[in-house]
Amino acid sequence: MIRTFSESEFLFIVASARWTLLLTLLSLLLGGLLGFIVALARTSQLAPLRMLAAGWIGMIQGIPVLMLLFLSYYGLSMGGIDMPPIVAASVSMALYASAYLGEIWRGSIQSVAWQQWEASAALAMSRAQQYRYVVLPQAVRIAVAPTVGFIVQLVKNTSIVSIIGVVELARAGNLVNNATFAPFKVFGTVAATYFIICWPISLLARRLEGRLNARRSG
Amino acid sequence: MNGFQFQFSPVFARSDVLLEGLWLTLQLSAIGISLGALLGILLAMLRGLAPRALRWPVDTYVELVRNTPFLVQLLIIFFGLPSIGVKLTAEQAAIGAIVLNLGAYSTEIVRAGIESVHKSQIEAGLSLAMTRWQVFRHVVIAPALARVWPSLSSQFVLMMLSTSVCSFISVQELSGTAANVESDTFRSFEVYITVTAIYLALALVMRGLLAVLGAVLFPKGSGLGRLRTQSGR
Repeated sequence: MIRTFSESEFLFIVASARWTLLLTLLSLLLGGLLGFIVALARTSQLAPLRMLAAGWIGMIQGIPVLMLLFLSYYGLSMGGIDMPPIVAASVSMALYASAYLGEIWRGSIQSVAWQQWEASAALAMSRAQQYRYVVLPQAVRIAVAPTVGFIVQLVKNTSIVSIIGVVELARAGNLVNNATFAPFKVFGTVAATYFIICWPISLLARRLEGRLNARRSG
Repeated sequence: MNGFQFQFSPVFARSDVLLEGLWLTLQLSAIGISLGALLGILLAMLRGLAPRALRWPVDTYVELVRNTPFLVQLLIIFFGLPSIGVKLTAEQAAIGAIVLNLGAYSTEIVRAGIESVHKSQIEAGLSLAMTRWQVFRHVVIAPALARVWPSLSSQFVLMMLSTSVCSFISVQELSGTAANVESDTFRSFEVYITVTAIYLALALVMRGLLAVLGAVLFPKGSGLGRLRTQSGR
């Protein structure tokens, strides 16, 4: 039976955006935590830690998100534990985010002038105090704009988890399209919903970037 | 529970299937990325030359593509175009989506490069009796491309990795054939580890090749080479 694309189908698609948002939030929190560790390791004084972090970033950035998803999905279920797909989805997205955020935050930490390290060392601060009171507060300001920009990538890449059966936006679109055969209306709605989520974030990122540059030059 | 044992031999026994997939991945990437980059450079140039009021079509295209997932763009092309009578194979839809997607990202990257060229450079070029076209070509476009080459390169590698998404519309590229081998052998984890390693190797080789290409296009010692390495880190 072919259904028509009516209000209920439209609402089903738009409502499934909550899973897209939840997935983004989960992977941002988990990936942010991992990414922070990666950034600290990447800027550590210990060479092996730096190399490990650089290897992690290089590896994840050279792997398709789809493969990360499959590896998480089958890797987690290998122990014989029945894993809800949303867990594998969040794990893969978090691993993905950890490398990109780690790299963004490494750049932010390293763009803090080296004199700041010297000055704080001269004040007999420990390495942890240097991070806590001198370097990170400055690095955070530099990091905000690119981090917000990356969230857009994260939202869009959550569409890939539709393949393991998480009914988020893209999957909802597929289901409705299979029932209605109205691809333009269906995927137009899906695309518009993504756009409504992503565009404000993009604009915010650009504004933050502009403000930072203005502050720097002024 | 912990009775899992890695068995790669059934996967390697089907390496011919995976190699066919790899070949299609390479073709999709080569065609899609060349055309997409070309589209991006042309649109960025057009946008740079067009009067302010005519920039909005390019800007709208860039914003629409950059704020929606590649997968959804692929689905719109694959399912949408046939419904209005345009017959497409899955491979053609894939190439279309890749060009459309990368075109927007390259436009944005090259645009940033063009806008980073200082006005005084253009004035200097014009005062040397260069024609407007010469100034545009040698003073604006070439330095802009040299400066954004590292960003363009990463975008190309990301696009190559994203071709894996084309398996959603049953394109038999590397991850598509991986799914076939998986359903034949039931060695899911081994299949995807193997294929992941292939993608990783591809990405590393591609990064290397793009760095070499950058060194050829914008040679060291020339002003362009200096721009490339300055932004490259």
